[in-house]
Order: sequence, then C-alpha cells, then structure tokens
Amino acid sequence: MFFNMQLTYEIAGGDFGKAGYASSEIKKVLKKLNLDLRIIKKIAVALYEAEVNIVAHAYRGSLTVEIDTVKISVKAQDEGPGIADIDQAMTEGFSTASAQVREMGFGAGMGLPNIKKNADELNISSEVGKGTELEIITYLK
Amino acid sequence: MEAQTFHHALTILTDVCIGCTHCMQVCPTEALRVKNGKAELFDNRCVDCGECMRVCPVNAIIVEQDDFSEIFKYKYRVALVPSVFIGQFPRDIPTRGIYSALLEQGFTHVYEAEHSAELLRESINEYITEYEDKWPVISTFCPAVVRLIQVRFPSLLDHMMQLKPPLDLAAMSYKKHLIDKGHNSDDIGIFYVTPCAAKIAAVKSPVGDESSPINGVINLNFLFNKTYRTLKNNDREQCPIPEKEQLKDFEMTWTLTSGESTHVNRRSLAIDGIHNVIEFLEKLENGEVTNFKFLELRACDESCAGGILTVENRFLTRDRLHNRAKQYLKDVSEGKRLHNKSIDQYKPYLKQHINIKSIPARSMLKLDEDMGEAMKKMERVRNLMCFLPAIDCGACGAPSCQSLAEDIVQKRAAISGCVFIQQSMQMKNKLSNDHALRIMEKTWGENRFDKDCTKKGAKDES
Repeated sequence: MFFNMQLTYEIAGGDFGKAGYASSEIKKVLKKLNLDLRIIKKIAVALYEAEVNIVAHAYRGSLTVEIDTVKISVKAQDEGPGIADIDQAMTEGFSTASAQVREMGFGAGMGLPNIKKNADELNISSEVGKGTELEIITYLK
Repeated sequence: MEAQTFHHALTILTDVCIGCTHCMQVCPTEALRVKNGKAELFDNRCVDCGECMRVCPVNAIIVEQDDFSEIFKYKYRVALVPSVFIGQFPRDIPTRGIYSALLEQGFTHVYEAEHSAELLRESINEYITEYEDKWPVISTFCPAVVRLIQVRFPSLLDHMMQLKPPLDLAAMSYKKHLIDKGHNSDDIGIFYVTPCAAKIAAVKSPVGDESSPINGVINLNFLFNKTYRTLKNNDREQCPIPEKEQLKDFEMTWTLTSGESTHVNRRSLAIDGIHNVIEFLEKLENGEVTNFKFLELRACDESCAGGILTVENRFLTRDRLHNRAKQYLKDVSEGKRLHNKSIDQYKPYLKQHINIKSIPARSMLKLDEDMGEAMKKMERVRNLMCFLPAIDCGACGAPSCQSLAEDIVQKRAAISGCVFIQQSMQMKNKLSNDHALRIMEKTWGENRFDKDCTKKGAKDES
C-alpha cells in the first residue's frame, strides 16, 4: 500500500536566531522513521540551507516535506525578490554581492550549490519580484 | 533490598523511589517512565549520563559498584584514580598523603588514570591530521557523549575519534609495567575509581573494544569518604610510602573542560553539560558548524569535576587541580620532580593498541524497523497530538505529550492515561470515576492519592 505523509513549517524572513528550527523539527520526525543515516545527513544539510536562504533573502516562506517509501521531497517556497538568473545562482561561489561587499564577508554564494550537492534532484523556479520555489528530492533507494 | 537494575550502571531502588517526575523530565533521551508508582527505564535508550540521579529528591537512583572486598582477590591491587579524585580533598592535604591513605586501605599501588594523556596528546593530533575526512573529529573521551551520539545523533558517528580513552591506556600501561616487574598477570587487579556512571558502563560493556583492561570499579564518593576518614585519623607512627610517579601539569587538568581541546594544534572547541552538547550536535548535524577540526564534548558541567559521584563543589575541584598543575610547573622549574614515568617505555606498545573499532549506531528513536510501518505510526502520533493538550505535565507517567503519543502507537500506553482526556471522557460518561482512579493508580501506585502526612514536605515528614 502506498503511504505518504506531509509536514509543513512556516518560516519568517529575517530572523536568523530561529533559522534552523524548522529543519531540526523535520529532522526529529525523520529520525523516527528509521531512514538510512547517510540520507538523514544529506537531507538535514539541504533543509538547513533552504531554510537559511528563506530567512536571509525572503519576506516569508515555508518548508513542506512529503515523505513516502520511495522518496522524500522538500518544497521550499518563499515570497521574496526571486532569482534573476538561476544558472548563475547555481554556480559555486556565485553571489550577487559586489567584490567590495564580499570583502566584508557578505554573500559567499554557497547556498544553492550546496543544496544540489546534498540532493538527488533539485528543481528551481523563480519569478523576480515574487518569489522562489525549490524542490529538493532525495530517493530512499 | 529489591532493586530493578538499569541495563547499565544506574540502579533504581524501587523501595526508595516515591514515583515523582523529576528524573523523567530531565532524561535527554526520554528513557524514563513512571508505572505503578515507580520509575522505569527503557534500557537501550539510556546513555548513562546520570542526570536522573542528580535530580532524584530521595536518592532512589544509585550507581552500582563492585564490592570493595573484591580487591582482595588479587595479590597486586591497583587503585586507578582520576585526578579529580585528588581534587576532592582540601589543598592542605598533600597528594602523596592521599596515595598513602589509599595504600593503607589495602591497595598495593596507586596510579593516576591521566598518565596516558601525554601519549594521547600526540596521538590525537596525529589522528586529526591523518583523518581529514572525519573533521570535526569528536573526542570519545566521555562515554556518556559517545552513547548519546549512538542513540540520538547516529548520523554523526563517522566523526568519532577511534582512540582509546586515557583510562584504558593507563590501565594497560600499568599492568604491563607490573608484569615486567615479574608479577603474574592473573595476580594483578586494576580497580578504577569512577566519578560517573557512564565510565562504569564503559568498563562493563565497552563500545568499540572487545574487553576492558580494568578488573573492577569503585565509586569515587565511596572511596573519598573512606580515604578522608583514614586521613583524619592521623594518629600513627608510620604510614605506607607510595611510589613517586607523578602526573605532568596538563595531565592533571586533562579531564577538566578544555583539558583536551587546548592541546589540539588545530581549531577546536570544548563544550560541557549534556544539554549544551545536544544543542551543539543539532547544529553540527544541520551542517551549520564548519571550520572546527576537533570537538571536546563532555556530558557533565565542568566535565569530570562535575561527575555525579563527586563530592566536592565542581568549581573548587577545578581550582585545586589548576593549582596542583601550577605547583608542578613551579617544582619543575626548581629542578624537583624529575621522576621517570613508567608509561614512557610502553609508548610503542600502547600506540599499537590505541585504536578502537568504529562505533555502531543505536538508533533507538525509530518507531518501527520497517519504514512504511514507522510512517504509519508517525501519522498516528501526529493525529493523537491533535487530542493531547501539549501541557507536558507528566501526569500520564511519560515526560511529554509527544512521548505519550509515541508510547501509545508502540502499544506501551493508552490515551486514557492522560488526565485531561480522562476528564473529558468522564464528562461524556465514557469513563466512570472509579475507572479513572484505577488508571491513575496504575501509573502512580495503589492508594497513592490517599492522605499521607509522612511524605516529603508534609507535616509529619520522616
């Protein structure tokens, strides 16, 4: 029998002190499902990156996790500025921040590539001025 | 005395236990429940941290130890003492006086467990350089932390430093030293004086090692009392003279917070207190923490100085050990204390045996072995949480509403165990008052709700 469950957590933009809360709550659930440890590790990192992206860039957003016995898919949706050039954003080290800004320690540009590294599939859709949606899929086998 | 044994070193004295919620509320792995008015433990979830023992208002949780007379089964009886043992005594009592008092009680040798710290200092640094893929390397010094990671953070087990803790190395070294002196191996009994429950568990059921080189364990508080009495009774003409082997300064403070991490040549961090450790491990698991190469994580506040079997205030112990280390350096600068350390000649031997196997997971949080089943149970838990009040009062005998819900889906509890659900069931005539009382008595013990003026805080408290 096909069985699936869904978890949703709202995330507020700008509150860095709480960044990681939703990821930790989801992780707690995953640990109770007897998943492979490597998978938990990968998802934990991807979830956290996605959550921090929302906190750092968007006004508000949510993390939705859908789990079935074949895969886990995470949807990270936000209302925010959106991404103009997704290919560019996927390049490791890419950041919209200027060289001068980056010298101050802003915008290291590691978020999305790190999510991709920890996912089997990553789909991104975004509309400038509206928001971004990431779909992060991890297969269990 | 009837005692229900924890799978580990902690034992609940059921005739002393009054069935309250203190222990259950502080357990970091939610391993405790109350049934029939007594605390009960899920053996395989317990990590031996001893937090329950710390908070028990009636001292119903104790740490099992070997009977002191066990030492006399051996011809050569080694007291393997941690430096925090020395730190229990006032500063005016010299270390060698403490050693002498231990000999007077029947030990033939006294050896401090941190004599191996110099070797470990070298090995830890080599290990970190060699295993870049394990960064941050997590120290396996504290057995409660090792067990915590096995149970709650198994995905971090790859980071565990696969090196023996100092106490095992010291035991191995000293045993070899005595054998080389011509003593028969079977005649040598090594007894570790433990400041905590986790170290006992580590001796009795080692993780990542087949067997422990230690023959028995004696609780630090027990031996402190015995030793202090011996010292106070100082009216004697002669006393045993101990050997002169002494710890080095940094060895004396090795088991205090930052004792290990300050000697790592790369970026490292030291954290003490089990709840601080848990908070940090959550971050580490999320990938939030980078750059560190070595983590020293200790379950007790102020590390071993705060062990549950210690007697003295942990800050005083820390202060005394730091002073002892300073005194050592002063003595060295004045040309005193240049004694040989027996362990130096066994370094090649110890290095050969310093590694332990990889540490297995003990993922005890899963709801079912089968993922599909676990998911169904998780859905039921989430559904049950719609009805439970999220007050986490503990009146059902479980530490939180969430844990009651998990117990229900695992068939260890019923939803009518919740007092608030009971209330509404009674209102709707789905549960008789009698039945409700019986349910509460099943959790909290028969006649528990009768008037009793002898309980703690009541007018005839005894």
